[in-house]
Amino acid sequence: MAAQTPSEYIQHHLQNLVLGVHPEHGLGFAHSAAEARAMGFWAIHVDTMLWSVGLGALFLWLFRKVAVTATSEVPGGFQNFVETIIEFIDDNVRGTFTGKNDLVAPIALTLFVWIFLMNTMDLVPVDWIPWLASLVGVPYMKVVATTDPNATFGMSLSVFALTIYYSIKVKGAGGFFGELAFQPFPKFLFPVNLFLEGISLISKPVSLSLRLFGNLYAGEMIFILIALLYSGGFWWGLAGGALQWGWAVFHLLIVTLQAFIFMILTIVYLDMAHSHH
Amino acid sequence: MNINLTLIGQSIAFAVFVWFCLKYVWPPILNALEARRTRIADGLAAAAQGLRAKEEAQSQIEEELQATKEQAREIISNAQRRAGEIVDEAKSDARVEGGKLIDAAKAEIDQQIHQAREALRGEVVALAVSGAEQVLMREVDTAAHEEALGKLAAQL
Repeated sequence: MAAQTPSEYIQHHLQNLVLGVHPEHGLGFAHSAAEARAMGFWAIHVDTMLWSVGLGALFLWLFRKVAVTATSEVPGGFQNFVETIIEFIDDNVRGTFTGKNDLVAPIALTLFVWIFLMNTMDLVPVDWIPWLASLVGVPYMKVVATTDPNATFGMSLSVFALTIYYSIKVKGAGGFFGELAFQPFPKFLFPVNLFLEGISLISKPVSLSLRLFGNLYAGEMIFILIALLYSGGFWWGLAGGALQWGWAVFHLLIVTLQAFIFMILTIVYLDMAHSHH
Repeated sequence: MNINLTLIGQSIAFAVFVWFCLKYVWPPILNALEARRTRIADGLAAAAQGLRAKEEAQSQIEEELQATKEQAREIISNAQRRAGEIVDEAKSDARVEGGKLIDAAKAEIDQQIHQAREALRGEVVALAVSGAEQVLMREVDTAAHEEALGKLAAQL
Protein backbone atom coordinates (compact mmCIF):
# COMPACT_ATOMS: atom_id res chain seq x y z
CA MET A 1 0.00 0.00 0.00
CA ALA A 2 3.08 2.19 0.06
CA ALA A 3 2.33 3.76 -3.29
CA GLN A 4 -1.05 5.11 -2.18
CA THR A 5 -1.72 8.60 -0.98
CA PRO A 6 -3.46 8.78 2.40
CA SER A 7 -6.74 9.71 0.80
CA GLU A 8 -6.53 6.74 -1.58
CA TYR A 9 -5.68 4.50 1.35
CA ILE A 10 -8.73 5.67 3.29
CA GLN A 11 -11.05 5.40 0.32
CA HIS A 12 -9.76 1.94 -0.43
CA HIS A 13 -10.60 0.85 3.10
CA LEU A 14 -14.09 2.31 2.91
CA GLN A 15 -15.00 0.60 -0.37
CA ASN A 16 -17.02 -2.58 -0.29
CA LEU A 17 -16.43 -5.52 -2.57
CA VAL A 18 -19.29 -5.04 -5.02
CA LEU A 19 -20.58 -7.74 -7.32
CA GLY A 20 -22.98 -6.56 -9.97
CA VAL A 21 -23.67 -5.91 -13.64
CA HIS A 22 -21.67 -2.94 -14.94
CA PRO A 23 -23.22 -1.24 -17.94
CA GLU A 24 -19.96 -1.61 -19.90
CA HIS A 25 -18.00 -4.49 -18.32
CA GLY A 26 -20.93 -6.81 -17.63
CA LEU A 27 -21.20 -9.09 -14.55
CA GLY A 28 -18.22 -8.93 -12.25
CA PHE A 29 -16.55 -7.25 -9.26
CA ALA A 30 -16.25 -3.49 -9.27
CA HIS A 31 -12.63 -2.34 -9.40
CA SER A 32 -13.27 1.22 -8.32
CA ALA A 33 -15.82 3.27 -6.44
CA ALA A 34 -17.05 4.73 -9.72
CA GLU A 35 -17.65 1.28 -11.18
CA ALA A 36 -19.49 0.28 -8.02
CA ARG A 37 -21.73 3.33 -8.30
CA ALA A 38 -22.42 2.57 -11.96
CA MET A 39 -23.79 -0.85 -11.02
CA GLY A 40 -26.77 0.81 -9.33
CA PHE A 41 -29.19 -0.97 -7.01
CA TRP A 42 -28.86 -4.46 -8.48
CA ALA A 43 -25.45 -5.10 -7.05
CA ILE A 44 -24.42 -6.84 -3.86
CA HIS A 45 -21.72 -6.24 -1.28
CA VAL A 46 -20.09 -9.64 -1.22
CA ASP A 47 -17.84 -8.85 1.74
CA THR A 48 -20.71 -7.57 3.89
CA MET A 49 -22.82 -10.60 3.06
CA LEU A 50 -19.99 -13.08 3.64
CA TRP A 51 -18.86 -11.66 6.95
CA SER A 52 -22.32 -11.06 8.36
CA VAL A 53 -23.71 -14.44 7.31
CA GLY A 54 -20.50 -16.15 8.39
CA LEU A 55 -20.60 -14.57 11.83
CA GLY A 56 -24.34 -15.19 12.13
CA ALA A 57 -23.77 -18.83 11.25
CA LEU A 58 -20.95 -19.00 13.80
CA PHE A 59 -23.28 -17.59 16.44
CA LEU A 60 -26.08 -20.03 15.60
CA TRP A 61 -23.69 -22.97 15.38
CA LEU A 62 -22.19 -22.25 18.81
CA PHE A 63 -25.56 -21.68 20.46
CA ARG A 64 -27.14 -24.65 18.71
CA LYS A 65 -24.35 -26.87 19.99
CA VAL A 66 -25.22 -25.84 23.53
CA ALA A 67 -28.96 -26.13 22.85
CA VAL A 68 -28.56 -29.74 21.69
CA THR A 69 -26.69 -30.81 24.82
CA ALA A 70 -28.40 -28.44 27.26
CA THR A 71 -29.45 -30.25 30.42
CA SER A 72 -30.55 -29.22 33.85
CA GLU A 73 -27.39 -30.84 35.23
CA VAL A 74 -24.40 -28.79 36.33
CA PRO A 75 -23.50 -26.76 33.21
CA GLY A 76 -20.03 -26.94 31.69
CA GLY A 77 -17.87 -23.95 30.84
CA PHE A 78 -19.26 -22.97 27.46
CA GLN A 79 -22.83 -23.89 28.34
CA ASN A 80 -22.50 -21.62 31.33
CA PHE A 81 -21.31 -18.77 29.13
CA VAL A 82 -24.17 -19.23 26.66
CA GLU A 83 -26.69 -19.50 29.49
CA THR A 84 -25.39 -16.26 30.98
CA ILE A 85 -26.07 -14.48 27.67
CA ILE A 86 -29.49 -16.11 27.33
CA GLU A 87 -30.45 -15.11 30.86
CA PHE A 88 -29.20 -11.58 30.27
CA ILE A 89 -31.39 -11.29 27.16
CA ASP A 90 -34.31 -12.96 28.90
CA ASP A 91 -34.10 -10.54 31.82
CA ASN A 92 -34.08 -7.57 29.47
CA VAL A 93 -37.00 -8.87 27.45
CA ARG A 94 -39.01 -9.64 30.59
CA GLY A 95 -38.21 -6.24 32.03
CA THR A 96 -38.98 -4.24 28.91
CA PHE A 97 -41.51 -6.19 26.90
CA THR A 98 -44.89 -6.28 28.61
CA GLY A 99 -46.87 -8.19 26.00
CA LYS A 100 -46.83 -11.88 25.21
CA ASN A 101 -44.85 -12.84 22.12
CA ASP A 102 -42.37 -15.71 21.90
CA LEU A 103 -40.66 -14.13 18.90
CA VAL A 104 -39.25 -11.15 20.78
CA ALA A 105 -36.63 -12.93 22.86
CA PRO A 106 -35.07 -14.81 19.91
CA ILE A 107 -35.01 -11.55 17.92
CA ALA A 108 -33.28 -9.82 20.81
CA LEU A 109 -30.77 -12.65 21.20
CA THR A 110 -30.01 -12.76 17.48
CA LEU A 111 -29.59 -8.99 17.25
CA PHE A 112 -27.38 -8.71 20.32
CA VAL A 113 -24.97 -11.54 19.56
CA TRP A 114 -24.93 -11.00 15.81
CA ILE A 115 -24.27 -7.26 16.03
CA PHE A 116 -21.73 -7.86 18.77
CA LEU A 117 -19.81 -10.32 16.60
CA MET A 118 -19.97 -8.06 13.53
CA ASN A 119 -18.82 -5.08 15.59
CA THR A 120 -16.00 -7.09 17.12
CA MET A 121 -14.45 -7.52 13.68
CA ASP A 122 -13.56 -3.85 14.05
CA LEU A 123 -10.89 -4.83 16.56
CA VAL A 124 -8.99 -6.85 13.97
CA PRO A 125 -6.22 -4.56 12.70
CA VAL A 126 -7.62 -2.82 9.61
CA ASP A 127 -5.03 -4.06 7.12
CA TRP A 128 -4.79 -7.76 7.98
CA ILE A 129 -7.80 -9.20 6.24
CA PRO A 130 -7.81 -6.79 3.23
CA TRP A 131 -4.13 -7.66 2.73
CA LEU A 132 -4.85 -11.41 2.81
CA ALA A 133 -7.73 -10.81 0.38
CA SER A 134 -5.49 -8.84 -1.97
CA LEU A 135 -3.08 -11.80 -2.05
CA VAL A 136 -5.82 -13.91 -3.65
CA GLY A 137 -6.78 -11.11 -6.02
CA VAL A 138 -9.79 -9.64 -4.21
CA PRO A 139 -9.57 -5.84 -4.66
CA TYR A 140 -11.70 -4.71 -1.70
CA MET A 141 -12.58 -6.28 1.63
CA LYS A 142 -14.53 -4.49 4.34
CA VAL A 143 -14.75 -6.89 7.28
CA VAL A 144 -17.01 -4.91 9.62
CA ALA A 145 -20.50 -5.54 8.24
CA THR A 146 -22.09 -2.98 10.57
CA THR A 147 -20.12 -0.18 8.85
CA ASP A 148 -22.25 -0.92 5.78
CA PRO A 149 -25.61 0.87 6.03
CA ASN A 150 -27.12 -1.95 4.01
CA ALA A 151 -26.55 -4.28 6.95
CA THR A 152 -27.85 -1.94 9.62
CA PHE A 153 -30.86 -0.89 7.53
CA GLY A 154 -31.50 -4.52 6.69
CA MET A 155 -31.97 -5.23 10.38
CA SER A 156 -33.76 -2.03 11.35
CA LEU A 157 -36.21 -2.22 8.43
CA SER A 158 -36.97 -5.84 9.32
CA VAL A 159 -37.69 -4.69 12.87
CA PHE A 160 -39.76 -1.82 11.45
CA ALA A 161 -41.80 -4.24 9.33
CA LEU A 162 -42.40 -6.36 12.43
CA THR A 163 -43.56 -3.37 14.48
CA ILE A 164 -46.02 -2.38 11.72
CA TYR A 165 -47.23 -5.98 11.46
CA TYR A 166 -47.78 -6.36 15.20
CA SER A 167 -49.30 -2.89 15.54
CA ILE A 168 -51.95 -3.81 13.00
CA LYS A 169 -52.35 -7.32 14.39
CA VAL A 170 -52.77 -6.22 18.00
CA LYS A 171 -54.65 -2.94 17.59
CA GLY A 172 -56.29 -3.54 14.22
CA ALA A 173 -55.72 -1.32 11.20
CA GLY A 174 -58.15 1.26 12.60
CA GLY A 175 -56.55 1.30 16.00
CA PHE A 176 -53.10 1.70 14.51
CA PHE A 177 -54.29 4.53 12.27
CA GLY A 178 -56.04 6.14 15.22
CA GLU A 179 -52.79 6.06 17.16
CA LEU A 180 -51.12 7.89 14.30
CA ALA A 181 -53.90 10.35 13.53
CA PHE A 182 -55.78 11.20 16.72
CA GLN A 183 -52.94 12.20 19.03
CA PRO A 184 -51.30 14.21 20.47
CA PHE A 185 -53.72 16.94 19.25
CA PRO A 186 -57.54 16.73 19.06
CA LYS A 187 -59.14 14.79 16.22
CA PHE A 188 -59.92 17.73 13.95
CA LEU A 189 -56.18 18.43 13.66
CA PHE A 190 -55.56 14.94 12.34
CA PRO A 191 -53.36 16.01 9.38
CA VAL A 192 -50.93 17.61 11.82
CA ASN A 193 -51.08 14.54 14.02
CA LEU A 194 -50.50 12.26 11.08
CA PHE A 195 -47.52 14.32 9.99
CA LEU A 196 -45.93 14.36 13.45
CA GLU A 197 -46.60 10.73 14.26
CA GLY A 198 -45.53 9.69 10.77
CA ILE A 199 -42.17 11.36 11.22
CA SER A 200 -41.76 9.79 14.64
CA LEU A 201 -42.65 6.39 13.15
CA ILE A 202 -40.23 6.68 10.24
CA SER A 203 -37.48 8.08 12.42
CA LYS A 204 -37.40 4.92 14.53
CA PRO A 205 -35.81 2.54 11.99
CA VAL A 206 -33.69 5.34 10.53
CA SER A 207 -32.23 6.34 13.88
CA LEU A 208 -31.89 2.71 14.93
CA SER A 209 -29.74 1.80 11.94
CA LEU A 210 -27.87 5.09 11.57
CA ARG A 211 -26.86 5.06 15.24
CA LEU A 212 -25.20 1.69 14.87
CA PHE A 213 -23.77 2.52 11.47
CA GLY A 214 -22.46 5.92 12.57
CA ASN A 215 -20.76 4.64 15.69
CA LEU A 216 -19.05 1.76 13.94
CA TYR A 217 -18.21 3.76 10.81
CA ALA A 218 -16.58 6.46 12.92
CA GLY A 219 -14.71 3.86 14.95
CA GLU A 220 -13.49 2.15 11.81
CA MET A 221 -12.47 5.51 10.39
CA ILE A 222 -10.37 6.27 13.45
CA PHE A 223 -8.68 2.86 13.21
CA ILE A 224 -7.88 3.65 9.56
CA LEU A 225 -6.48 7.06 10.46
CA ILE A 226 -4.39 5.50 13.21
CA ALA A 227 -3.16 2.90 10.73
CA LEU A 228 -1.96 5.73 8.48
CA LEU A 229 0.58 6.61 11.18
CA TYR A 230 2.40 3.33 10.55
CA SER A 231 3.70 4.72 7.24
CA GLY A 232 5.21 7.75 9.02
CA GLY A 233 8.38 6.13 10.33
CA PHE A 234 9.36 4.40 13.56
CA TRP A 235 8.23 6.96 16.14
CA TRP A 236 4.95 7.64 14.41
CA GLY A 237 4.43 3.91 14.11
CA LEU A 238 5.06 3.46 17.84
CA ALA A 239 2.58 6.22 18.65
CA GLY A 240 0.14 4.59 16.24
CA GLY A 241 0.50 1.28 18.03
CA ALA A 242 -0.25 2.88 21.40
CA LEU A 243 -3.19 4.80 19.96
CA GLN A 244 -4.60 1.72 18.28
CA TRP A 245 -4.43 -0.20 21.52
CA GLY A 246 -6.09 2.63 23.45
CA TRP A 247 -8.82 3.11 20.88
CA ALA A 248 -9.43 -0.65 20.73
CA VAL A 249 -9.97 -0.74 24.50
CA PHE A 250 -12.41 2.14 24.25
CA HIS A 251 -14.01 0.58 21.20
CA LEU A 252 -14.76 -2.60 23.18
CA LEU A 253 -17.22 -0.47 25.10
CA ILE A 254 -18.80 0.91 21.92
CA VAL A 255 -18.99 -2.55 20.36
CA THR A 256 -20.94 -3.94 23.32
CA LEU A 257 -22.96 -0.83 23.98
CA GLN A 258 -24.16 -0.43 20.40
CA ALA A 259 -25.20 -4.09 20.23
CA PHE A 260 -27.06 -3.65 23.50
CA ILE A 261 -28.74 -0.39 22.43
CA PHE A 262 -29.91 -1.89 19.14
CA MET A 263 -31.35 -4.88 20.99
CA ILE A 264 -33.07 -2.94 23.75
CA LEU A 265 -34.58 -0.36 21.36
CA THR A 266 -35.90 -3.19 19.20
CA ILE A 267 -37.58 -4.64 22.28
CA VAL A 268 -38.99 -1.21 23.16
CA TYR A 269 -40.37 -0.68 19.64
CA LEU A 270 -41.96 -4.11 19.61
CA ASP A 271 -43.41 -3.44 23.05
CA MET A 272 -44.92 -0.17 21.79
CA ALA A 273 -46.44 -2.09 18.90
CA HIS A 274 -48.11 -4.46 21.37
CA SER A 275 -49.42 -1.98 23.90
CA HIS A 276 -52.40 0.33 23.66
CA HIS A 277 -51.98 3.97 24.42
CA MET B 1 -21.86 3.24 0.79
CA ASN B 2 -24.59 2.75 -1.78
CA ILE B 3 -27.84 1.17 -0.78
CA ASN B 4 -28.29 -1.86 -3.00
CA LEU B 5 -29.32 -5.50 -3.12
CA THR B 6 -27.26 -6.11 0.02
CA LEU B 7 -30.12 -4.53 1.98
CA ILE B 8 -32.49 -7.28 0.89
CA GLY B 9 -29.84 -9.95 1.37
CA GLN B 10 -29.20 -8.76 4.90
CA SER B 11 -32.91 -8.70 5.69
CA ILE B 12 -33.29 -12.27 4.47
CA ALA B 13 -30.24 -13.37 6.45
CA PHE B 14 -31.63 -11.67 9.56
CA ALA B 15 -35.02 -13.31 9.11
CA VAL B 16 -33.43 -16.75 8.67
CA PHE B 17 -31.25 -16.27 11.75
CA VAL B 18 -34.20 -15.19 13.86
CA TRP B 19 -36.26 -18.13 12.62
CA PHE B 20 -33.46 -20.59 13.42
CA CYS B 21 -32.97 -19.01 16.82
CA LEU B 22 -36.69 -19.15 17.56
CA LYS B 23 -36.93 -22.76 16.45
CA TYR B 24 -33.73 -24.45 17.53
CA VAL B 25 -31.76 -22.29 19.95
CA TRP B 26 -33.99 -20.39 22.33
CA PRO B 27 -36.51 -23.02 23.51
CA PRO B 28 -34.11 -25.87 24.42
CA ILE B 29 -31.73 -23.64 26.36
CA LEU B 30 -34.53 -21.82 28.14
CA ASN B 31 -36.21 -25.13 28.96
CA ALA B 32 -32.96 -26.42 30.42
CA LEU B 33 -32.66 -23.25 32.50
CA GLU B 34 -36.24 -23.58 33.66
CA ALA B 35 -35.75 -27.26 34.52
CA ARG B 36 -32.62 -26.43 36.50
CA ARG B 37 -34.44 -23.67 38.33
CA THR B 38 -37.18 -26.12 39.27
CA ARG B 39 -34.64 -28.70 40.39
CA ILE B 40 -32.80 -26.21 42.54
CA ALA B 41 -36.05 -25.02 44.09
CA ASP B 42 -37.08 -28.64 44.76
CA GLY B 43 -33.69 -29.41 46.25
CA LEU B 44 -33.85 -26.41 48.55
CA ALA B 45 -37.36 -27.33 49.63
CA ALA B 46 -36.26 -30.92 50.30
CA ALA B 47 -33.29 -29.67 52.32
CA ALA B 48 -35.56 -27.42 54.39
CA GLN B 49 -37.94 -30.32 54.95
CA GLY B 50 -35.06 -32.58 55.96
CA LEU B 51 -33.89 -29.99 58.44
CA ARG B 52 -37.36 -29.70 59.88
CA ALA B 53 -37.68 -33.49 60.14
CA LYS B 54 -34.30 -33.64 61.85
CA GLU B 55 -35.38 -31.04 64.39
CA GLU B 56 -38.60 -32.92 65.03
CA ALA B 57 -36.70 -36.16 65.52
CA GLN B 58 -34.30 -34.39 67.86
CA SER B 59 -37.11 -33.08 70.04
CA GLN B 60 -38.79 -36.49 70.01
CA ILE B 61 -35.56 -38.14 71.05
CA GLU B 62 -35.20 -35.67 73.89
CA GLU B 63 -38.76 -36.30 74.99
CA GLU B 64 -38.28 -40.03 74.97
CA LEU B 65 -34.98 -39.72 76.78
CA GLN B 66 -36.70 -37.63 79.45
CA ALA B 67 -39.49 -40.19 79.81
CA THR B 68 -37.00 -43.03 80.01
CA LYS B 69 -35.00 -41.25 82.68
CA GLU B 70 -38.17 -40.61 84.61
CA GLN B 71 -39.10 -44.26 84.35
CA ALA B 72 -35.66 -45.40 85.44
CA ARG B 73 -35.77 -43.08 88.42
CA GLU B 74 -39.18 -44.47 89.37
CA ILE B 75 -37.96 -48.05 89.03
CA ILE B 76 -34.94 -47.31 91.17
CA SER B 77 -36.99 -45.62 93.88
CA ASN B 78 -39.51 -48.47 93.80
CA ALA B 79 -36.70 -50.93 94.15
CA GLN B 80 -35.23 -49.01 97.05
CA ARG B 81 -38.56 -48.85 98.81
CA ARG B 82 -39.13 -52.53 98.19
CA ALA B 83 -35.70 -53.36 99.51
CA GLY B 84 -36.41 -51.38 102.67
CA GLU B 85 -39.69 -53.17 103.06
CA ILE B 86 -38.08 -56.54 102.58
CA VAL B 87 -35.42 -55.75 105.18
CA ASP B 88 -38.05 -54.54 107.62
CA GLU B 89 -40.16 -57.60 106.99
CA ALA B 90 -37.16 -59.83 107.50
CA LYS B 91 -36.31 -58.04 110.71
CA SER B 92 -39.78 -58.40 112.13
CA ASP B 93 -39.97 -62.01 110.97
CA ALA B 94 -36.68 -62.71 112.60
CA ARG B 95 -37.83 -61.01 115.79
CA VAL B 96 -41.03 -63.07 115.84
CA GLU B 97 -39.17 -66.25 115.08
CA GLY B 98 -36.58 -65.49 117.74
CA GLY B 99 -39.33 -64.84 120.29
CA LYS B 100 -40.96 -68.13 119.34
CA LEU B 101 -37.66 -69.98 119.73
CA ILE B 102 -37.07 -68.35 123.12
CA ASP B 103 -40.59 -69.25 124.25
CA ALA B 104 -40.15 -72.83 123.11
CA ALA B 105 -36.80 -73.10 124.88
CA LYS B 106 -38.31 -71.59 128.05
CA ALA B 107 -41.19 -74.04 127.86
CA GLU B 108 -38.81 -76.91 127.45
CA ILE B 109 -36.68 -75.69 130.31
CA ASP B 110 -39.80 -75.40 132.50
CA GLN B 111 -40.87 -78.83 131.48
CA GLN B 112 -37.46 -80.28 132.24
CA ILE B 113 -37.37 -78.49 135.56
CA HIS B 114 -40.77 -79.90 136.30
CA GLN B 115 -39.72 -83.38 135.25
CA ALA B 116 -36.57 -83.18 137.31
CA ARG B 117 -38.59 -81.99 140.27
CA GLU B 118 -41.04 -84.82 139.82
CA ALA B 119 -38.21 -87.31 139.55
CA LEU B 120 -36.54 -85.78 142.54
CA ARG B 121 -39.79 -85.97 144.49
CA GLY B 122 -40.16 -89.61 143.59
CA GLU B 123 -36.62 -90.30 144.61
CA VAL B 124 -37.00 -88.30 147.83
CA VAL B 125 -40.13 -90.31 148.64
CA ALA B 126 -38.36 -93.55 147.79
CA LEU B 127 -35.42 -92.42 149.93
CA ALA B 128 -37.72 -91.45 152.74
CA VAL B 129 -39.53 -94.76 152.49
CA SER B 130 -36.30 -96.72 152.49
CA GLY B 131 -35.07 -94.58 155.41
CA ALA B 132 -38.26 -95.29 157.32
CA GLU B 133 -37.99 -98.99 156.53
CA GLN B 134 -34.54 -99.08 157.92
CA VAL B 135 -35.78 -97.22 161.04
CA LEU B 136 -38.76 -99.49 161.52
CA MET B 137 -36.85 -102.52 160.45
CA ARG B 138 -39.70 -103.54 158.33
CA GLU B 139 -41.14 -103.05 154.91
CA VAL B 140 -43.42 -100.20 154.45
CA ASP B 141 -46.38 -100.83 152.26
CA THR B 142 -46.20 -97.99 149.83
CA ALA B 143 -49.59 -98.68 148.48
CA ALA B 144 -51.06 -98.31 151.96
CA HIS B 145 -49.35 -95.03 152.50
CA GLU B 146 -49.87 -93.78 149.11
CA GLU B 147 -51.77 -90.71 150.18
CA ALA B 148 -49.34 -89.73 152.87
CA LEU B 149 -46.42 -90.09 150.56
CA GLY B 150 -48.14 -88.09 147.91
CA LYS B 151 -48.71 -85.26 150.34
CA LEU B 152 -45.11 -85.42 151.38
CA ALA B 153 -43.89 -85.30 147.88
CA ALA B 154 -46.15 -82.30 147.16
CA GLN B 155 -44.62 -80.41 150.02
CA LEU B 156 -41.15 -80.69 148.64
